[in-house]
Amino acid sequence: MNGITTPPETPDASRWEELVTVALLGTDRRPAPGLAAGQEAPAALLDAAAVETVRRRAGLRPAPSAARPAPAAEDPRPPLPYAAARRLAMLLADRPGAGGGRRGSAPDLMELLPQWLALANARGFAAPPEALPALLDAARGRTDLRPAALTFAGPRALWLARLNPDWRFALRAAPGGSSDVPDLRDADRVRRLWQEGLFAERVALLSAIRAQEPAAARELLESTWATERAEDRLMFLDSLRTGLQAEDESFLERALADRSRNVRATAAELLSAMPGSALAARMAGRAGACVAVDHTRTAPTLVVEPPHECDAGMERDGVVAKAPAGRGERSWWLGQLVEATPLGSWSPRLGGRTPEEIVALPVADDWRDELHAAWSRAAVRQRDPGWSRALLGTPSIPEAAGPGAVSLAERAKLLATLDADERSEWVAGFIAAHGLSESFQLLGVCAVPWSPALGRAVVDALNIARDAGSYPWSFSGVMGLAERCLEPSEAARLNALTATPEEAEDASPGAGGYWSEAFQRLVTTLRLRAVMREELTSP
Amino acid sequence: MAGPTFGTMTQQGVRWTAEQVLALAPDAASRKAGSKLGAAGPWSEAGSSDEGTVWGLCKGSGSKPYQTVIDVADAGGPAYKCSCPSRKFPCKHALGLLLLWAGDEALVPRAQAPDWAEQWLAGRRRRAEARRTTTGAASGAASGDPEAARRRAERRAERITAGAAELEQRLADLLRGGLAGAEQAGYGLWEETAARMVDAQAPGLAARVRELGAVPGSGADWPVRLLEECALLHLLDQGWLRRERLPDGLAATVRSRVGLPGSPDGPPVRDRWLVLAQYDTVDARLTTRRIWLYGAESGRTALLLSYGAAGRAPELALPVGLAFEAEVSAYPGAGQLRSTLGERFTAPAPAAIRPPGVTPAEAAARYGEALRDDPWLDSVPVTLARVIPAPDGDSWQLADADGDLALPLTPSARSRPGLWRLVALSGGAPVTVFGECGHRGFTPLTAWPEREGEAVGLC
Repeated sequence: MNGITTPPETPDASRWEELVTVALLGTDRRPAPGLAAGQEAPAALLDAAAVETVRRRAGLRPAPSAARPAPAAEDPRPPLPYAAARRLAMLLADRPGAGGGRRGSAPDLMELLPQWLALANARGFAAPPEALPALLDAARGRTDLRPAALTFAGPRALWLARLNPDWRFALRAAPGGSSDVPDLRDADRVRRLWQEGLFAERVALLSAIRAQEPAAARELLESTWATERAEDRLMFLDSLRTGLQAEDESFLERALADRSRNVRATAAELLSAMPGSALAARMAGRAGACVAVDHTRTAPTLVVEPPHECDAGMERDGVVAKAPAGRGERSWWLGQLVEATPLGSWSPRLGGRTPEEIVALPVADDWRDELHAAWSRAAVRQRDPGWSRALLGTPSIPEAAGPGAVSLAERAKLLATLDADERSEWVAGFIAAHGLSESFQLLGVCAVPWSPALGRAVVDALNIARDAGSYPWSFSGVMGLAERCLEPSEAARLNALTATPEEAEDASPGAGGYWSEAFQRLVTTLRLRAVMREELTSP
Repeated sequence: MAGPTFGTMTQQGVRWTAEQVLALAPDAASRKAGSKLGAAGPWSEAGSSDEGTVWGLCKGSGSKPYQTVIDVADAGGPAYKCSCPSRKFPCKHALGLLLLWAGDEALVPRAQAPDWAEQWLAGRRRRAEARRTTTGAASGAASGDPEAARRRAERRAERITAGAAELEQRLADLLRGGLAGAEQAGYGLWEETAARMVDAQAPGLAARVRELGAVPGSGADWPVRLLEECALLHLLDQGWLRRERLPDGLAATVRSRVGLPGSPDGPPVRDRWLVLAQYDTVDARLTTRRIWLYGAESGRTALLLSYGAAGRAPELALPVGLAFEAEVSAYPGAGQLRSTLGERFTAPAPAAIRPPGVTPAEAAARYGEALRDDPWLDSVPVTLARVIPAPDGDSWQLADADGDLALPLTPSARSRPGLWRLVALSGGAPVTVFGECGHRGFTPLTAWPEREGEAVGLC
């Protein structure tokens, strides 16, 4: 009887104990208590036990209550509209794992959850409490969902996470979780936490301060810098990446002399992202000595003379002396110098040319790929749209799709430095010229929902791929993206594509049916997204 | 064909929620398959009528789409028809169509039912009319020759009596040798005895005997539990053997506990019934569905049982939190809440009804009192008002918000996902909880927030 508590020790309780003992040993070994004349011992025992069992059950009383959890903080946000709450339950019920296999024409609901959460958060709705466990479970399985899911889940989710170890991640991820960041105005508490806290708490503290008062964070870090362990120094230094400012330079310069090579490299990387820093100027000097315009040729040409050695000064400034296997060390050093050189310094050095003109210059002796790759890395690191644009070039040139100097991954990073309109325009141009096969990474950096021009380019390219007779799953990545990123109003234009076409002679067998299914799923998903959006528009 | 004008239909009102639709699914696989079909993709020509009919064409693997039609508002519960070959009921197409209908009004617009749907509906209504007119006449005729029936019942009672006597002998042997020996004997002994009880046509005794086999493996204190269960079984045997001398109500309870089929002969009670909870228990042979109802006018709580053969869902399904008007008749037996659903007058619709609640202390007392009428009772249905779920070591309890007493949760309730929905709903504040309260603790089944808000299913 482990449920409700029985009344404490009473004569009845000891009588019951006695019955259990007799039952356990058997009436052959122990006499049954209270045996009436002419009665079989086992029957008498069972009679007595039946009376006791019912008596004990009937006499059950509630237990004293344990400490109750402190109430969760109020969520001041308005509740979800009814239809949106139902939609959320549906999205959360569609867990991956079960079922599996081909999706057919049904939308992948779990993939719509990020968008749904973003919309709900933008509109500032509170999560329905009963949905929190499913929401936390979903966020537990998918780290990419966590920030939006936890924002939406609100204070009650943190309250729940303290009660269920499965959801501990929510406390780590959220500010104000277990690693409570104190009120930053409370200088004493800040200092004490910084000096006595656990590593994770200190990183959280430093990041929190850096986000609000960059200089104060740097000063806090400097106060204990000399006594920190090397791997901790590296992590702390990394948190200065946010809010990098000119005032950080002298501290970072000192870190260039650090005992740890990784710390030196990080300090150098941060300094090189500050175009006005002394390190940047030193790098510009070194790189500038390696690249020049040769006017003696028929057309002006860039000539490259990579460094002959990696001296102590270069190493101090973060240049890694030892080249990876299979790379010439001189070109390895050159790449690092150019990458850390402020892009703005090239124009004065190369005859006042614009980035476009510089990129267009021929490069002597096969140095072009090396040089352009290094500039690309610099453009990404320094977030320089002018140079990014120049290095990306026109999307329609044949080289853009080839395995040229700038890889697709690099190009996606370059695109990320441009503003949203320019980005999607470039990718639309790329897809129009080269089709979809190389476009997945590039589409991934475009703003959602896709601009009309980009959406049209993708749909046209899918249509062309279908007419070419290939199977839709060759494009499943792009299809998946389109389901999530196409503007829902495109659904109307897509309707015509959902019909199963006549099978062409050279087409893969059955492809037409699969394509119509894929387009059906696309249309269904777009409709669903439109409905989702409507449902979240209050009231 | 013109729109339906028959008088049996009722205005269908609000669409269901996805959860309510999924509660109709016969099993988890159907739920999954149905969810996948709950999107516009495979559907065409879907529509619904004000009378509560939903129809659509679902593209399957073949060239001809399946024709699916559902009568949601039928007073006898939703009825389905689908041209697919599936033996599941409802099939995934019916579930998918209902989800579509529940999810997006634009995809299943108001329209005129197509001929194929209309034909099915008309047929159903004709049959319903015919049943209505013949029930009165048939009930007398169906029982056949009363003399033969009496002889059959007598023969069965004799068999049960022999079975109960045999069981008494086995229990006596067990206690003579001691329960300690039962640990080694294992399931075999009990399985064999259970089979003997099946032969004796006493399924109630057989089920109890089968459960005895699991007790020695159930952790600490198993001798206590085994003695309790043996003693209650003995009590039931003795009750049967002396049923002539028991008061009528208790005798009926003994008959139903032994496993004799009763018939719901209580007077039909017409009421607005709120669906408090619905849950299934599954074993190798049978799926048992329990549905708890609360009558808004009568204040009565009724239990509907419905069975499905292994792997098939019981037919009756009612969405939790909705209320409908119907007649309910009780089965015989003192303290028995089992009832049967008679005629339904309205389709389930959202309602603001909430059952009135009691404190944990009153709930425990209620269980104790119920044992007077039925000492074999494991739990009673209770609604707790203003309780706060609180962690208590490895377990949880429902603590009285205005007192210092609490009901612990049953061990099985602690490991269910519904526990966390309950905790989340409460957030440390009082909630109203309906569940089953018994000697193992409290099993929460449905909860309501303190302020207004819908019922949240926990099972």
